[in-house]
Amino acid sequence: MKEQLQKDFDNIVKNLSLSQKDIEIKKLYLDNFISRGFPNRKEEDWKFSDLNQIIKKNIGELSFYSDYTSTNKVDTSVFVDGLEHNKIVFINGRIEKIDFDYEEKNQIEIIDQSETTNRFNNNNSLLDLNTAFTNKSFKILVKQGYQLKKPLIIYHTTNSNIWSKNINLRLDFEIEKNSSLRLIDLFNDTSEKNFLNIFYNFNLKENAILKNYKVDKFENRNIKYSFNNIDQEKNSISETFILSSGSKFFKNEINCNLRGKYSSAFVNGIFSLNNNKHHEIRSIINHLTENTKSYQLVKSVLEGDSKAVYQGKIFVNSDAQKTDGYQLSKAILLNENSEFNAKPELEIYADDVKCSHGSASGSLNEDSIFYLMSRGLNYQQSRELLINGFLLDVVEKITDSEIKNLIKNMIGIKE
Amino acid sequence: MDNRQKEIDNLKDYKYGFSTDIENTTAPKGLNEDIIKFISNIKKEPKWMLEFRLKAFERFKQLKEPDWQKPKYPKIDYQDLYYYSAPKSMDDKPKSLDELDPKLLETYKKLGIPLQEQARLNGIAVDAVFDSVSVATTFREELTKHGIIFCPISEAIQNHPELVKKYLGSVIPTTDHFFATLNSAVFTDGSFAYIPEGVRCPMELSTYFRINASNTGQFERTLIVADKGSYVSYLEGCTAPMRDENQLHAANVELIALDNAEIKYSTVQNWYPGDKDGKGGIYNFVTKRGLCKGKNSKISWTQVETGSAITWKYPSCILRGDNSVGEFYSIAITNNHQKADTGTKMIHLGKNTKSKIISKGISAGFSDMTYRGLVDISSKATNSNNYTQCDSLLMGNKCGAHTIPYIKNKNSESNIAHEATTSKISDEQLHYCQQRGLSAEEAVGLIVNGFCKEVLQQLPMEFAVEAQKLVGISLEGSVG
Repeated sequence: MKEQLQKDFDNIVKNLSLSQKDIEIKKLYLDNFISRGFPNRKEEDWKFSDLNQIIKKNIGELSFYSDYTSTNKVDTSVFVDGLEHNKIVFINGRIEKIDFDYEEKNQIEIIDQSETTNRFNNNNSLLDLNTAFTNKSFKILVKQGYQLKKPLIIYHTTNSNIWSKNINLRLDFEIEKNSSLRLIDLFNDTSEKNFLNIFYNFNLKENAILKNYKVDKFENRNIKYSFNNIDQEKNSISETFILSSGSKFFKNEINCNLRGKYSSAFVNGIFSLNNNKHHEIRSIINHLTENTKSYQLVKSVLEGDSKAVYQGKIFVNSDAQKTDGYQLSKAILLNENSEFNAKPELEIYADDVKCSHGSASGSLNEDSIFYLMSRGLNYQQSRELLINGFLLDVVEKITDSEIKNLIKNMIGIKE
Repeated sequence: MDNRQKEIDNLKDYKYGFSTDIENTTAPKGLNEDIIKFISNIKKEPKWMLEFRLKAFERFKQLKEPDWQKPKYPKIDYQDLYYYSAPKSMDDKPKSLDELDPKLLETYKKLGIPLQEQARLNGIAVDAVFDSVSVATTFREELTKHGIIFCPISEAIQNHPELVKKYLGSVIPTTDHFFATLNSAVFTDGSFAYIPEGVRCPMELSTYFRINASNTGQFERTLIVADKGSYVSYLEGCTAPMRDENQLHAANVELIALDNAEIKYSTVQNWYPGDKDGKGGIYNFVTKRGLCKGKNSKISWTQVETGSAITWKYPSCILRGDNSVGEFYSIAITNNHQKADTGTKMIHLGKNTKSKIISKGISAGFSDMTYRGLVDISSKATNSNNYTQCDSLLMGNKCGAHTIPYIKNKNSESNIAHEATTSKISDEQLHYCQQRGLSAEEAVGLIVNGFCKEVLQQLPMEFAVEAQKLVGISLEGSVG
């Protein structure tokens, strides 16, 4: 892998017009990655999901070079119907389209950040990989007091032109005082056996609101990792919803720093998995100052030989009095070979707090099925009804009604 | 009221902190094959036992000290420890209590565990372990009548080699983790109990561990085997003198329950916790593991952890037999600069196995407490159940309370439920109690006892009273 990395890196650097300093910084990250490799189960954060093994087993040898000089045709058929929205389109890792047609042009700024910086505080070799190989990183700035009229959908599309490739993406969002952004990440893959490595950074100023919905619905054999860092100032609100279902492997990480008083974070997730899929959500909510709040709800329905992992951590600093932290994970195992692992963690250094977590896993309740069948439903219908109700609970947590309906339609949940 | 105040004053400092001035036989400092041969030799052990130790030592040399735990400690120099220390008077085994060094008798009397016939605690058979040797075991004749073997493990190695050989290392093998393997190589004494088929042990069995010598590591080994259909309740207590240095205590406890047998293991751990500034105290790095080997067997751990500078232990149950049950009840209290990283592991292998975990943690002062637990239901453990509840109480904002559970469910017919909360004593509760005439300290005591009640109820009567007092004392000075 080492030679491949070196070779691909040299190719990438050749195609980009980077300053000598930038190349050196990138080189440093590459060396870091080479010495550490992909994370494996020996690392505590990857205990339940050995990425090194997963890549070896599902992809084999990866190549890290992508030709970003030629454009890809944007297939408009993938666009979401019935919901007016702004778009950013990634095809095979290349930004093809940025379109804020519905917004006032002077309220949104798109900044090209070619300079290599590392703003994430994360002890993670995938970050090294990402920093070494991202070709372009954009920052989207929502100016003070502006609320986007329409949601922004980021299309992550891959097609069959790529094979056994590693794609690295990075986006930066800054939401200024009194502004808000609704964001949907929509994954749409017709490719197979690639590894997507995505880093997002969100910076929420006073009173800012971020709603981020990640939808991985369509069947594909790709391996994905998405890391989201959210920094929050006074009174800001972040809401993250994850629908984790389509990919072969998907790990979503949410790292939320509640730095300002009265800031709050909500993380909700659904795992709906079948056939051998393996998905994970890892959330870390850092309560760093007083009067902050966090709420997390993750529900899983596991069929086939699938495996879901939830690692959630609530950290409370000694200054963070009056913290309210809550976390609940529930799983239904439908097949004897499905597996649910959880590590709900509390790390607390302040005394005047209310923190709790709960985790439960088990089979569908036979009594409930009996009840429904005795009222005339067949087994299949009763089962569907129960699972529907179980998942609806999480979907109902979505605060934006337009997007809630969109997601309900996508997963086919009926009310 | 006055009496109670006096009692509290008496107990305010660590009342077991005295040391006994006694002449010792010690092994030379250091850890090597010669020391292990020395220990084996002085215990007049058969050859297989020495081989067991040397095999463990071979393995130990390849192991690295773990460092994933939350409480960090300065590096221990394993070559700078004494691995064997025993009162000189024990060199020739005293035949009866009359021959026992009066100083030893006095020590145990002071600790509240009188060994003499007339003063013995009723209904509790005690094995008293002093540094590296067991000095006396009471009620042995009575127990022999029922066919129960209860003696120091060094005696069992000589008198019941077939039992020891069969079960020693069967739950904690010599190839286990760093401290367990160290113990397998250098363990000195401990208790052995065997309850024969169908016997319900008529009294509580108990071991009292006392560290006296300085610069010594205490490594005892306890092995309890409950044969088919038997029942035993076992208690463990421990204290040590107040010293400025940190002392290492790395014990191994193995429990084996065969078909329909039940073992109840209770610990009141009160090692010296160090002074107010965190100087001194015991490092309590203990491996406790129970194997529910037979069908319908049950192992229940109850622990009250108030002492030690650092507590690092996870009493575990391996539920191999079908329908077996594992339970874990724990109260852990840390004050001043104490640190604890404790919890349990429930490993479900058999069908219809059940486990229950109730853990209560209280931290005050500058202390730090972690509950770390594992519930693992394997794919073959159909129709198994686990229920876990971990509650933490924080007093002050200089201390920490953490919960790190690992939950693995590989069986769709099995259910796991886990709950955890962290909070402080609410002002409303305090106000209510104070309004009714209790002082702030009394009110906290009352609330804390209520918080711990679920676990305290699991302790045998004699221990429950002591434990309740201990809970109060450990939190002394943490309010206000």
